[in-house]
Amino acid sequence: MESYLPLIWALVIGFAVAMYVVLDGFDLGIGILFPFAKQEAERDQMMNTVAPFWDGNETWLVLGGVGLLVAFPVAYAILMPAFYLPVTLMLLGLVLRGVSFEFRWIAKTSKYLWNIAFAGGSMVAGFMQGIIVGGMVSGVKVQGTQYAGGSFDWFTPFNLMCGFAMIAGYTLLGATWLMMKTEGEVAKHARKQAMIALYAVLFFMAVVSLWTPLEHARIAERWFTLPNFLFFWPVPLVTAVLSFLCWHWIRKGNDTMPFLCAIALFFMGYSGLVISNFPYLVPPTLDVWQTAAVPASQIFSLMGMLFMFPILVGYTILNYWVFRGKLKEGEGYH
Amino acid sequence: MDIDPLLLARIQFAFTITFHIIFPTFTIGLSAYIATLEVMWLYTGKEHLHRLARFWTKIFAVSFAMGVVSGIVLSYQFGTNWSRFSEFAGNVVGPLMGYEVLTAFFLEATFLGIMLFGWDRVPKPLHVFACIAVAVGTLSSAFWILAANSWMHTPQGHAIQNGIAVPVDWLAIIFNPSFPYRLAHMTTAAYLTTSFVVLAVGARYLIAGKFTEEAKTMLRMGVGFAAIVAPLQLFIGDQHGLNTLKHQPIKVAAMEAHWDGSKPGALVLFAWPDEKNEKNLFEIAIPYGASLVLTHSATGLFPGLKSVPPSDRPPVKNIFFSFRIMVGIGLFMIASSIFGAFLWWRRKLFDTRWYLWPMQYTWSFGFIAVIAGWMVTEQGRQPWLVQGIFRTAEGISPVAGGMVLSTLLLYVAVYAIVFSMGIYYINRLIAKGPIVGEDGAIKKGVPNRPMSAASEG
Repeated sequence: MESYLPLIWALVIGFAVAMYVVLDGFDLGIGILFPFAKQEAERDQMMNTVAPFWDGNETWLVLGGVGLLVAFPVAYAILMPAFYLPVTLMLLGLVLRGVSFEFRWIAKTSKYLWNIAFAGGSMVAGFMQGIIVGGMVSGVKVQGTQYAGGSFDWFTPFNLMCGFAMIAGYTLLGATWLMMKTEGEVAKHARKQAMIALYAVLFFMAVVSLWTPLEHARIAERWFTLPNFLFFWPVPLVTAVLSFLCWHWIRKGNDTMPFLCAIALFFMGYSGLVISNFPYLVPPTLDVWQTAAVPASQIFSLMGMLFMFPILVGYTILNYWVFRGKLKEGEGYH
Repeated sequence: MDIDPLLLARIQFAFTITFHIIFPTFTIGLSAYIATLEVMWLYTGKEHLHRLARFWTKIFAVSFAMGVVSGIVLSYQFGTNWSRFSEFAGNVVGPLMGYEVLTAFFLEATFLGIMLFGWDRVPKPLHVFACIAVAVGTLSSAFWILAANSWMHTPQGHAIQNGIAVPVDWLAIIFNPSFPYRLAHMTTAAYLTTSFVVLAVGARYLIAGKFTEEAKTMLRMGVGFAAIVAPLQLFIGDQHGLNTLKHQPIKVAAMEAHWDGSKPGALVLFAWPDEKNEKNLFEIAIPYGASLVLTHSATGLFPGLKSVPPSDRPPVKNIFFSFRIMVGIGLFMIASSIFGAFLWWRRKLFDTRWYLWPMQYTWSFGFIAVIAGWMVTEQGRQPWLVQGIFRTAEGISPVAGGMVLSTLLLYVAVYAIVFSMGIYYINRLIAKGPIVGEDGAIKKGVPNRPMSAASEG
């Protein structure tokens, strides 16, 4: 039983992170698209589509972060210093992004400043998250149970590329979300932007898929040895099919399907990440068992987590249900 | 770069947590105040109580949001700047912090929405219930985080295995010796701080001749509450101090600037502690005073700073002065609220302008006292991070000093903008006053957004 605990926790945290990436992904995407809107009214409309959701979406990030401390203190203690600057910049980006939601409406002459804070905060947060993901794939230098690398180990071409890839992915989520939630000019722009973002995402996916196994032998081995390959070959295939469907529906101007396809694409990327790294939490050295808290700690906090999980999921669903449907120009929740 | 990362990491934590603690202090007190207003409204049906409750709910929303934002930063800082501590104590304090986060979320996901947005959508008693639930919820958040903090002061219920603290008895960990005292002292401080904010806003309106009915209610409630609780806080603080003397005597020695434990301690009113020469300069003191307070005997002895080597002593000056600021404000609160109660009894509370005028500026006093109090207790634990078992110097991350410095500067810059805007905004809400506007905005359901509640109405 006790050897399953870290797996249960990995599942809980993995789920929280996946929820975060998808849910806050489209919020951040809208921030990234902010500078490309032509008029202030369009920006109002874009912001309003995510206004009721963003801070609930961020909940999942805290759950992931605190979950890591609670269940895998060793991994937490290694990864945070390893990604010291990206984590800090991400947090500050999220703070600026978050308060912009409110201050932008109050501000009169300084509204443009909060536009910049909103867009800049979103871009920085998304870019840093990409760098962290890339850094996890690249591996973290460890000695014993502490980080042993330098302050800028994360500053590599591959990781920076992952940062841009994340920006492209979030833009796709944001643009397809706008296709689903808006009408008029904003929706029209979003359709064009979604197409561009999709091409960018496909480009980055191809680059990551080639670059990763070339640079990291352990990941190449994971995918391309038998019998593993027999299990994993559908992953690229499904991704290709989804990409096609996404492209098709954006072209047709379908409301909902492009967004759902974008989410599905994200999950495929995520599953690729999991396949490449499981069971390592601090690749390539420490796995979920080596970084786990003692069973007494994992059980104690799991009780609270299991109680809380259905409430959070239920609340999330309820909130999206209440605020379903399209938002017309000039409408808002303010 | 050879900038001392330890000192910088400490400054960074002190900076971010000092900003953070302001908001939970206020929201713990304010949610209880709003719940009280609503219960009174439910029983009396007086409309101005309703207006007041809605007014303070807007301010609550902004404060809660700023508390959340600054709290997220802290939950990651344990890892970025204090990774060795996270590894050492994660098994013990991690779950306690996990429960703190879960209670906060539970609140945000359930009753907070009703409290902020449900005014016209749910029956009155349900709204009252939601307010009470939020008040209890903020308190339970405090329960968990103070349990974790207290364990760092008086650790028990754990074992050290392979150099790491692991839990043995959760009840012993949570209910460690300093926890009940710290919990009582801090929650009382939160309520007292809030009562002074309420009192000050009431005084401000009366001086300005605005919202007289609401102002009188706020003044009566603020003065009445503080006149009872401020003296009570003195007693709780004293008990907390005695508990500290038992478990962390050197902290008390620093608070009293008491060097030589072989002699009874004097109650030092003012001095400049000279840490190098281990004595006080310019001392004004009441002989035997500290011994009388701490041991209830004029000739009673308690440990002095010299009983441990200088490397085991906390920074005496900071603790000594912070303690005096806290106690000074506490005594002022007792005197001013009891005097206010006296004026109230003589039916002069609302007309004594020379009393109301200065009182409108006392809203910040509680916050200053809370911050000073935390400075005393946290610096008093130095050089230990977990008293007696883990030193602060052992706790930092393997991160270069230059990194810590640059992120510190970033935090200072961003917090300066964000929090000054937030406080400016709260001030604007107070200036606008308790008016219930028409509800023109679309507000279906329960959006999970504390701050948007403030922009309604």
